[in-house]
Amino acid sequence: MNNVALIISKRLGLGVLTMFMVSIIIFLAVNMLPGDFAQALLGQSATPEAVEAIRRDLGLSKPIHTRYFDWLVGALQFDFGTSFAKANFSSYAGTSSTANFGTVADQIAPRFANTLFLAAVTACIAVPLSLLIGVLAALYRYSIFDRIANVSTLTSISSPEFFVAYVLILVLAVLNPVFPSLSNIHDGMDFAQKLQKTMLPALTLTLVVTAHMMRMTRAAIINLLASPYIEMARLKGLSPFRIILFHALPNALAPIINVIALNLAYLITGVVVVEVVFVYPGVGQLFVDSVKIRDIPVVQACCLVFAAAYISLNLLADVMSILSNPRLRLPK
Amino acid sequence: MSASEPLVKISNLAIDGIADETRTRIINDVSLELNRGEVMGLIGESGAGKSTLGLAAMGFTRDGCEIVGGNIRFDGIDLVAATAETRRQLLGKRIAYVAQSAAASFNPAHKIINQHAEAPMFHGVSNRGEAEADAMDLYQRLRLPNPQEIGFRYPHQVSGGQLQRAMTAMAMSCRPDLIIFDEPTTALDVTTQIEVLVAIREIVEQFQTAAIYITHDLAVVAQMADRVKVLLRGDEVEEADTRTMLDAPREDYTRSLWAVRSFQRPQKPMASKDAVPVISLRNVTAAYGNGDPVVRDVSFDIHEGRTVAVVGESGSGKSTTARCITGLLPPKTGEIAFANKVLPADYRKRSVNQLRQVQMIYQMADTALNPRKRIGEIIGRPVEFYLGLKGAEKRRRVEELLELIEMDPKEYINRLPSELSGGQKQRIGIARALAAEPKFIICDEVTSALDQLVAEGILKLLTRLQEEMKLSYMLITHDLSTVRAIADEVVVMKDGLIVESGPKDEMFTPPHHDYTDLLLSSVPEMNPDWLDELLAQRGVENLGDAAVSKM
Amino acid sequence: MPSLSVTYWSALVVAGALALFFGGRQIGAARGVARLRDLSATGAFGYSLLVVTLYQALALYFGPGATFFKWAVHGVVGFGIAGYLFQQLGRHVGTSATRKLFRSMPVTAALGILLIIAYAFVAIFADVIAPYGQAEIFKDANLLPGGDPGMGGSPDHLLGTDQIGRDILSRLIYGAQNTVGIAFVTTLLAFFIGISLGFLAATIGGVLDQVLSRIVDMLMSIPQLIFALLLMTIATAWFGSEKGMVTLFMILIIAVLDSTRVFRLSRAVGMNIVVMDFFEAAKLRGEKLSYLIFSEIAPNAFAPLLAEFGLRFCFVFLTIASLSFLGIGIQPPLADWGTMVRDLSQFIAYAPFPVVGPLTASLPLMAAGAIALLTVAVNFVVDWMLHRASGLKE
Repeated sequence: MNNVALIISKRLGLGVLTMFMVSIIIFLAVNMLPGDFAQALLGQSATPEAVEAIRRDLGLSKPIHTRYFDWLVGALQFDFGTSFAKANFSSYAGTSSTANFGTVADQIAPRFANTLFLAAVTACIAVPLSLLIGVLAALYRYSIFDRIANVSTLTSISSPEFFVAYVLILVLAVLNPVFPSLSNIHDGMDFAQKLQKTMLPALTLTLVVTAHMMRMTRAAIINLLASPYIEMARLKGLSPFRIILFHALPNALAPIINVIALNLAYLITGVVVVEVVFVYPGVGQLFVDSVKIRDIPVVQACCLVFAAAYISLNLLADVMSILSNPRLRLPK
Repeated sequence: MSASEPLVKISNLAIDGIADETRTRIINDVSLELNRGEVMGLIGESGAGKSTLGLAAMGFTRDGCEIVGGNIRFDGIDLVAATAETRRQLLGKRIAYVAQSAAASFNPAHKIINQHAEAPMFHGVSNRGEAEADAMDLYQRLRLPNPQEIGFRYPHQVSGGQLQRAMTAMAMSCRPDLIIFDEPTTALDVTTQIEVLVAIREIVEQFQTAAIYITHDLAVVAQMADRVKVLLRGDEVEEADTRTMLDAPREDYTRSLWAVRSFQRPQKPMASKDAVPVISLRNVTAAYGNGDPVVRDVSFDIHEGRTVAVVGESGSGKSTTARCITGLLPPKTGEIAFANKVLPADYRKRSVNQLRQVQMIYQMADTALNPRKRIGEIIGRPVEFYLGLKGAEKRRRVEELLELIEMDPKEYINRLPSELSGGQKQRIGIARALAAEPKFIICDEVTSALDQLVAEGILKLLTRLQEEMKLSYMLITHDLSTVRAIADEVVVMKDGLIVESGPKDEMFTPPHHDYTDLLLSSVPEMNPDWLDELLAQRGVENLGDAAVSKM
Repeated sequence: MPSLSVTYWSALVVAGALALFFGGRQIGAARGVARLRDLSATGAFGYSLLVVTLYQALALYFGPGATFFKWAVHGVVGFGIAGYLFQQLGRHVGTSATRKLFRSMPVTAALGILLIIAYAFVAIFADVIAPYGQAEIFKDANLLPGGDPGMGGSPDHLLGTDQIGRDILSRLIYGAQNTVGIAFVTTLLAFFIGISLGFLAATIGGVLDQVLSRIVDMLMSIPQLIFALLLMTIATAWFGSEKGMVTLFMILIIAVLDSTRVFRLSRAVGMNIVVMDFFEAAKLRGEKLSYLIFSEIAPNAFAPLLAEFGLRFCFVFLTIASLSFLGIGIQPPLADWGTMVRDLSQFIAYAPFPVVGPLTASLPLMAAGAIALLTVAVNFVVDWMLHRASGLKE
């Protein structure tokens, strides 16, 4: 067991290192900007108080590595500083104390919960569906079913998320009003209401992700079915069901886990566009809005949140596939 | 089900392979009869359809193959017309299969004994306890070490030869009437092969199981089979009992197969003591990265016009030695000299002229030639690079080289490697080496991927070229018949060390080092009694891995 | 032909499956039809599902209403026929090599090639084909499509005009030039960067390979669209948001980010070639780095990289469309499909209106569909190429 523990701890260490490097990249990308960054951002019309607040907040006078570590330590405690937009707004409103500024963390936290809810609903539909179709397509490869699945998933992968989204809006919201096209969920709603409002964005993401997942599952299973030990199992006269359950599945676990994790990671990029289409109050929409008004602390924080989720999912996939491999679990 | 009816009766079988809407005939009108308790050998070169026929005897066709004519009867059951259900009930229970690569054919996710017990439990032959007890009994009979314990390991924890025996045990688990052995020893080293052969033969005899033994190795089939059937590109050539087939083959094709092993060039006298060797290795020790040395303190000389064969099983360090000579792997200590001048260890530091003198011919002709270049370019590049010839001069030289390797320049100069056969590709590899006009050529297993007839042609060509150009060869091989055919001196390696070296004739006459002896004695011969004689002479305990571990 | 309710539909599927499973096996065994004899339960269910759903689709098609469904059917059938005709044409016209190529090609791939040619044609000759300029503003804004003055349209503007009075048809046509052209240039740039570094890493190896690979690992551990948005923010903050500059930044940023994936693949492809014996032979001959890369690696890497080019193009194309849709990509006055989808998206609510409704509602879908159709076409071709490559290996 020591062997596996070692491999996993190495992988985890690498994950932490990656996270650290990514934080440096994100920080540097912003802080390499020359000149009076605060003034440039807020424009000429900004009040001197707002500019000063941002300068103070960013600690622009300190050396860059001190600023980085201040930022990193803050980020680890979920303190991402103050949003520029809020700073600017409150300075117009005449309040000068920084304590009243909305912090970035306050903005992100509820939206992050919403995004997780959307991702969870999507995963609950997409994972079982795509595994089922993927395994069936692999078993009945080159049949009519496989060909239909192949063409339709290829089409679905190729379509931009907003195309799928508007087609769904057209069919399920405008022509047959089953679900609302606006997903303005908020805390006061009960679960059923939330679910109903989340359904269209979740279905959009499902269509896109299912196609990817199904194709990858199919490829993984076909690859597996071509291996000599499956032929051996068939030559032992076992039933097709038993071959799948006892011979294919244990070996398919690692690739399938990988497929799921990769696609959940893919969801992270997908949510951005879908949240905008459906005006879903998640991190993705906040991110896009902040990019448009160049609210850099928020952009930075969102970026870090997305990257962290992405890296942890990839990490999870690797650890799970290490654990499911008997060659690594039991050394020679 | 009368006793006189054969166990398997295949008549006029035809099988098509379907790839991208084109059909090719894989098996063409082949018939076969096999009685209970009889072993039939299926012999043929690659692409002869041996495996397809073997699997067809089980009523099984691989994906992309289709039975288009004829019928297959197993013990009175028509396997072509039978439902999938009926066939499944026969497979594993009454007909079993032993695959070429045991490492790939055992499921990596389950313990060996669980895979062993699967068929008997599934077919209702025995319960888990009985099946496991029987497995241990079979492991014992097949002389696997620790028969009580070995089944509880995962496949990757067991060596190749042992896995192959475990797979034979698995095939025996339901005491089938018929076992198909599909090249079960091809992937193994000779010393390991012999153990597996002995084990298979004993167990088949003990249980009176009928078997179809598929192989391309004539000497192996001579030991294993009662009758032999020869196939050529899906057609049956002839069938006879083993002794008749070996002594008096009827067809030309069979005779030519038999004759291959007779090619032998006389050994040249040893070079005189004061002659300057073309290549000399002096105390070379090499390792990959910071690992343990794979080659330790190796020294030998290669003289002008001579062939030195470096012999050993996989992992003996023979290919690594070649990498040291070419400079791809600079040795940790020791040096390599060309005509008494020490060569820089790293090939990047060698001059163009030094590089020119040492050329290489590779084992896999498929990867040795750039698939996107025409033959003219492949041979023309070294001509241009080393000799500076251009245009018409270069073309003339390329044509000369093609004639030298007995290929028509007009026909071949504009072809791509994919439009050539395996033997032709190997010839192009030789021409590319010759184009540099070297003194010394390393031949790395040049014939082991080729069918025997083709291989013989390559060996004859190499011999002729050596005579004409005074070339020196270093021949890396695990095949002792190749050594016997063209070597002058032999170097035997084991675990990175030279075990023994000397002139060929001496090496093939006793007494020799224990390991050389084992290696030599393990090479199957075309004599059907060879295995029996060997067993009588040495005893079961002094063969294969068991013998190696005693050294 | 009445269409079925969900209950009847499911009941029919199950009944059909049972009949096929038990009856079919009997008949198959009696007549010796292997396909029916060895039919599995899942197979029976699948066929039954297929037949009943097909009936349902036909009932819907020949029933009243369902305009969009009928359009979709016409689209799929029309494209199918076009692909088939093009495939047949290819099999009978051209050199023997191209004829052979078309013979091994499925209808989907033929359709893909036909569509790619059509897009390329429209993109190159947009100036000639489009009735008006892409930035030309007419006084009649918000004209409805259909060309009927009685229905709020105009025969001069077949697809109507947008909020500020630009001809939508012309903008769709120019979109091909801008969106596809920019995506193509970006992909080319990404390939240039990725392949050069990837081959260098594969041939030289050692420290260079380690450093490049680690950098790429880092860049790839941030989701691409997110990273692109971050960098776009910074770039615009740095250099201001001049419209031409924003587009230029987008090209550079996406090319660099996407080149990481090209790097990974070309390095892997290069590595596979570097371990081949023919490469070793060339190395031992003393060949220079440039010869090794251009003569030994490049010709063998062409096929896998061409397929990858298709895939990367799709990805870049979708990323650019998404950025533009979010309002951060290609900037006006250039006509671009992503921006058009966003601008026209409200029209979707018009769908239930009689007569002009469906066409108006399809305007945003046309722009989005134009994006989807090209990516589908490229993917069809790539899918076939990859399938062919894997088939050749066996």
